[in-house]
Amino acid sequence: MTTDIKAPDQAPTAEQPPSRTTARAPKRRSWTGLWFVLPFTAVYAVFLLWPMVLGLYYSFTDKSLTGRPVSWIGLANWAEAFADEKAWDSLWNTAWFTILSTPPLVILGLVFALLAHRARKMGWFLRLSFFAPFVIPVSVVTMIWVWMYQPDGGLINHYLAEWGLGGDRLWIFQEDAMGSVVITTVWWTMGFNFLLYLAALQTIPPEVYEAADIDGANWLQKLWSITLPLLRRTTVLVIVLQMIASLRIFDQYYLMAGGGMNLSPENVFIQYMYNSGFVGFRVGYASALSYILFVFILLIAFVQLRLLSRKED
Amino acid sequence: MTTVQERPPASESKPRTIARKRGRITAGGALVYFAAFFLALLWLVPFLWALSTSFKAETEASLGQPIHWLPQDWSLEGYRVLFERGDHVTWMLNSTVVSTIVTVLTLALCVLAAYGFSRLDFPGKKVVYGVIVAGIMIPPQALIIPLFDVVSDLKMVDTYWGLALPQVVAPVMIFILKRFFDAIPRDYEEAATLDGANHLRILWSVILPLSGPILAAVGIFTFIGSWNNFLWPLLVGNDPSIMTLPVGLGVVAGGYGLLYAQNMAAAVLGALPLLIVFMLFQKQIVKGVAGVGLSR
Repeated sequence: MTTDIKAPDQAPTAEQPPSRTTARAPKRRSWTGLWFVLPFTAVYAVFLLWPMVLGLYYSFTDKSLTGRPVSWIGLANWAEAFADEKAWDSLWNTAWFTILSTPPLVILGLVFALLAHRARKMGWFLRLSFFAPFVIPVSVVTMIWVWMYQPDGGLINHYLAEWGLGGDRLWIFQEDAMGSVVITTVWWTMGFNFLLYLAALQTIPPEVYEAADIDGANWLQKLWSITLPLLRRTTVLVIVLQMIASLRIFDQYYLMAGGGMNLSPENVFIQYMYNSGFVGFRVGYASALSYILFVFILLIAFVQLRLLSRKED
Repeated sequence: MTTVQERPPASESKPRTIARKRGRITAGGALVYFAAFFLALLWLVPFLWALSTSFKAETEASLGQPIHWLPQDWSLEGYRVLFERGDHVTWMLNSTVVSTIVTVLTLALCVLAAYGFSRLDFPGKKVVYGVIVAGIMIPPQALIIPLFDVVSDLKMVDTYWGLALPQVVAPVMIFILKRFFDAIPRDYEEAATLDGANHLRILWSVILPLSGPILAAVGIFTFIGSWNNFLWPLLVGNDPSIMTLPVGLGVVAGGYGLLYAQNMAAAVLGALPLLIVFMLFQKQIVKGVAGVGLSR
């Protein structure tokens, strides 16, 4: 931090010498580098570091969107957040979504990548159809899926009824629609994991299978004892990235609840935070909630990296 | 003739792997192709159904009608209404402007900074780089509340800059680019240095020409990410004239209600720009995911 503050005073002196001193010896210490780094660092400081500091400060105040004077209220927001049942409910729902969505997202990503790796002649078509949903805006995704989920004659319930799976319950849209959000999310974002696995598969040299081929191993044995162990690093990465992404769920949940799906409107944590801040105007309280989410995500990422990378050794 | 006759024995004498590479069709191989094709088709169903619905007349598209995969009466009504109202075009333009600003600025600022961190030494470098890389861990959604406050203090609510600037902060791109620059051998620069070129010159004419693929990947990913960003534009671009496509579709088009043909026409048009980007840059995107993912 001290160097940050020192930098601007020293900067003017850097203006004359750089071209001469640094051009000859790129590694010699000078202030030139600072000019390269400064534009990004400035934007970073204003739109990331400062909001972080500000958020922490607000979490100790009763700051409100209505703009009335701010007063320091110590740990009151934090105490309230930890005792807030709705906040815990929404956190649990976020965790539940993560638990439901991570396994299919990881496993399907792997299975589809294994298929696409073998079926190389269809590679272009498979990459298009598995990954294309990932580049589509979330509102388009939810528009299409809400339309397909419609209870009376929507595409999915139509076929479920036709195959005798739906009957009058029309389960895919009723009661707890979390399953529908999970299915939509799997369709939308599986492609990213698919590509990570596919790229990893392509780095495996074919020679590693030669010994197994000579021994007459079948594809399942090769998959189990060669391919999967070689993919372990990728799997660690995919699981960690996936869980972090799932814990941040907001967009599709918000839009599907707004699209008439049977979802409790405050059911995921970011939405609860958003509502506290922008609907309830309680910026201070919402800031405390933000920090709880932030710490929660960091903890999970840290624990996972620890657990999973230990297994690797 | 001779070559044709010579080949089969040669391949037979080699191990089985070679034979498989030649594309011998086995039952297992056919099954893989069939399964892959079936799953890919299943994955396309939502797109196909949206496309089909968008070309139906409203009466045929409404609920309770029998399911027709091909419209019985092809109709462009949904699209016509959409273009008549015009807001879809506005949102598309807004998204283009915002995503372009974000992409150009991200590339410019991140390339400069990554070069600084990779090739130059200055006091406090390690601390600054450490603070920036630590930022990779911060989930952007956790910051939106104080960030909104900062942006509204800067009077940037409902402006392109308010939408774009906070998205330029992409510490992971610095990390990726620095790693890439670090791997470029210094020998290339030495000649330029001896010729008296300064660092901007070296960056521009030595480093950048060697960085084509990584720049493409960073640029495309930034563009897609920004185009699809939802939460931030929802907050800060509330005025219908400044809404981006995802927000407009989510907030306004959600209110079209039961007009499904029109709804799906909006969805198809909303999906189209990035599908085109994806098809044009498929190779770079696939490589980019690998690079971005595996470098973390």
